[in-house]
Amino acid sequence: MNRKSSDTPIEKTTLIGKRVRKPDAPDKATGKTRYINDMVLPQMLIGKILHAGRPHAEIVSIDVSAAEKLPGVHCVLTGKDAEGLRFGFVRDNVALKNRVRCEHDEIAAVAAETEEIADRAMALITVEYRDLPGVFTPEDGREKDAPQIHDDFPDNKSLHFEFRHGDLAAAEAASEIIVDNVFRVHHVTHCCMGTSCAIADFDSNGKLTIWSQTQYPYNYKMDLAPALGMHPGDIRVMQPPVGGAFGSKLDVYPYEPIAALLAKKTGRPVKVMFSREEEFRSSPTRQPAVIHMRTGCTRNGTLTFRSADVLLDNGAYTSWGPTIPVVMMRTTTGHYRVPVVHFNAQAIYTNNPYAGSFRGYGNVQTTYATAQQMDMLAEQLDMDPIDFHLKNAQQSGETTPQQAFLRECALDECLRTAAQASDYSAKHRRYTLAREQQGRYKKGIGLASSIHNAGGAKIHKSDGCGTILKVDDYARVTVITGASEIGQGIDAVINLIVAEELGIPLEHVTIVNDDSDIAPWDVGVHASRTTFIAGNGARRAAVKARQQILNAAARMTEIAAQDLDLRGGFVVREDCGTKVIKLEKLLRRMHFQPEPELVMVTDYYEPNSEPEGADHRSDHSAAYSHAVHVAEITVDTHTGEIRVDRITSAQDVGRVINRMGLEGQIEGGIAIGLGYALSEEMQLEKGMLKNPCFRDYKVLTAPEMPELDLHFIESNCAEGPYGAKGASELPTIVIAPAIANAVYNATGIRFFNPPLTPEKVARAIWDRQQTETGPSADR
Amino acid sequence: MSLKTEISFRLNGRAVSVTIPVTMKTLTMLREVLGMTGTKYACGEGECGACTIRLDGRTVNSCLMYAVDCDGRELVTIEGLKTENALHPMQQSFVDHGAIQCGFCMPGMIMQADYLAQNNPELSCEDLRRGLEGNVCRCTGYTKVLDAVTAVVEARR
Ligand code: FES
Ligand code: FES
Repeated sequence: MNRKSSDTPIEKTTLIGKRVRKPDAPDKATGKTRYINDMVLPQMLIGKILHAGRPHAEIVSIDVSAAEKLPGVHCVLTGKDAEGLRFGFVRDNVALKNRVRCEHDEIAAVAAETEEIADRAMALITVEYRDLPGVFTPEDGREKDAPQIHDDFPDNKSLHFEFRHGDLAAAEAASEIIVDNVFRVHHVTHCCMGTSCAIADFDSNGKLTIWSQTQYPYNYKMDLAPALGMHPGDIRVMQPPVGGAFGSKLDVYPYEPIAALLAKKTGRPVKVMFSREEEFRSSPTRQPAVIHMRTGCTRNGTLTFRSADVLLDNGAYTSWGPTIPVVMMRTTTGHYRVPVVHFNAQAIYTNNPYAGSFRGYGNVQTTYATAQQMDMLAEQLDMDPIDFHLKNAQQSGETTPQQAFLRECALDECLRTAAQASDYSAKHRRYTLAREQQGRYKKGIGLASSIHNAGGAKIHKSDGCGTILKVDDYARVTVITGASEIGQGIDAVINLIVAEELGIPLEHVTIVNDDSDIAPWDVGVHASRTTFIAGNGARRAAVKARQQILNAAARMTEIAAQDLDLRGGFVVREDCGTKVIKLEKLLRRMHFQPEPELVMVTDYYEPNSEPEGADHRSDHSAAYSHAVHVAEITVDTHTGEIRVDRITSAQDVGRVINRMGLEGQIEGGIAIGLGYALSEEMQLEKGMLKNPCFRDYKVLTAPEMPELDLHFIESNCAEGPYGAKGASELPTIVIAPAIANAVYNATGIRFFNPPLTPEKVARAIWDRQQTETGPSADR
Repeated sequence: MSLKTEISFRLNGRAVSVTIPVTMKTLTMLREVLGMTGTKYACGEGECGACTIRLDGRTVNSCLMYAVDCDGRELVTIEGLKTENALHPMQQSFVDHGAIQCGFCMPGMIMQADYLAQNNPELSCEDLRRGLEGNVCRCTGYTKVLDAVTAVVEARR
């Protein structure tokens, strides 16, 4: 009827850089989303785990007979049911233990009809332990007569990493200034709002289906299989929506094989879900470390060398935590132009809880050291820190000692942008002078930067992602991707990319990525890789589909394919936007013609990066990026409280894809980093966690969130989708040293051991006053 | 086995009667007895706000409240905010502002935000931040949450 409007040409527009909503947000806002924690299956039993509650012990005896007899209990498992089923990075773990190596060690498990019955059954299990002396610091673990934690890891030695580049002695001799400090970074944990949960069920052919929170479904099968004595091919991984992950679901943890062992034994689906206290005690931590770092420079402010000697508290078992030196090394060698670098890291088994991967993965810890040492050197040089940073900042085309090739490097621009937007230099000078003056409240400003992989990280043989894309007769598109959605928003990114290429509404794209029997291979959500890798995959698949569609349109209309475009659900003329045919009509014609064709394409994208390799000399990511944070704070010198007033962030994101999602990642990343810097700490006393609740483990809440000023630097990465780079970890990485540098600017005190709690800050200020004014000042 | 009792109350505008153990918490009743899983468990100790619901117009942590205390009262959960055809303006604002990532904290966050916005037409930025202090979110850094609530408050002025 309305002929005119249907004849209106469709202009070329782009979705890239626009603000796009997450497709799952409405269901999440209305409580409709069924998280794994909400799931109930017919006949499902509840599984519960008995944790040791002591850090190091032998099990003298265990008696489960009373528990087994309790009505409603279907089975009780102990260490003997998992004997020999070793799993983990170095095969040092089993699902159920015959010996206790850390507080949360899993000693027995129950499957019962209700949670209440399972709890009562647990109380009926009697275990006699013989406590053993424990090891609670890596330093103690190294001692000659230290208690041994694993028989097959002598001297408590876990993983070791080393990298050497250049002549360290010569570089030290050539250095006019050297800073030399020991940083001790602490245990924190992910605090996913949805507690850990797994549901396992075996079919009668022996195939396991596991509903899991995993963020790496394909390697997950490989890692879970040995814990069950199964072939990975017999495991199907389902990924319902999860309440956060942040790296904590990048490995297999004992509760998952336990759910499966219980399911196998009972023949029923079994759900294991942690209480919050269990979550604090038994889920992985961020890797704690002792970092002895030295950095040198010449009088004119040119960096000469950096060395790092790192001791890692491995905890009782080896998950991803002790592998973080792979990234620590990259920062040590790549954070500014350092010609000579030595890096050495040793992980030592202790009876503490053990670390997994956590957003920022080793770089949080290392940057806490490197970025503070940059600040210290600038002060000793009497140079404006920003000038010192700029002087040593790498440029596009440079290669780091580990052979990371910085193709598009925007560090310079990040530094200038953040400094200018925050008026960094002037404030830094002003607050330094004000430090000496009287007054309870001191202002400070601190700048920190870092580098991180932004195009995946080839730590496995492959860093690829598979994509299957189909367009149906109604021009609705289904994208089956290996990439997992864990709240971070890859769903919105893929929607946007596919809608961009196929000229269809965002709502017409559906993503399927929750079933390992359907979705193709992907390494997992880690290393800030998903937008880059899965985004490239989605784009390449969409381009193939687009080409097929345009070719078909060309055949039918006799207009050359290159003169056609897809816009607003139509095939249009590229030059003027005049409609040629409605897309869904074309698709039906393609389908129902004498030689029918369907639009179904596949793509496997493997980035052009090199494997990490044993010598750690490789271009292991398809892109690298930098971020600079400037933190402005106020310190109450009486109470030690730090108020963060404002964060200015400038980050090389390559190119903005979904602006709203990107902002969310940066804001959320900063919040996690702020908690690390200021308040979060697992208080461990001889391996026992003293604060397993939100009351005593303080995560950031709304009143503490500072004002944010975010700047996206677009370096247009040649390999990235539309130029984009990965972005989600840098905000967590850079914030803590920016805060520490700001606290120094405000108070003149360096903090080597985060978090900077009021107690710690007040004590340091008080101690300094004592030494400055007290009778023992010159002792 | 613990003692059971029958209680009656209104849930999202409908009359409900259930028989529950006297020791059961409201959160457990909602999730496990009534299948209303929109309200979340994230700590069970009143420290995170994920379980926030409305009880006679005020917000409460349903994990702390015994279910028997619901007898004769009016409950609204996250499922009760939207109408048949549209999200509640607060829900819509959270969606539009990108305030939702994993979303696990959001049922509680939205219930609390709606309560604050409804009861304080002059809600200041500081009031809002303090009013949301009991709602932990690990994903978003709260910035977009604050934007979403502020937009609703401003639209109502
Ligand atoms: S679950 Fe009720 S406050 Fe956390
Ligand atoms: S959106 Fe994930 S905890 Fe708030």
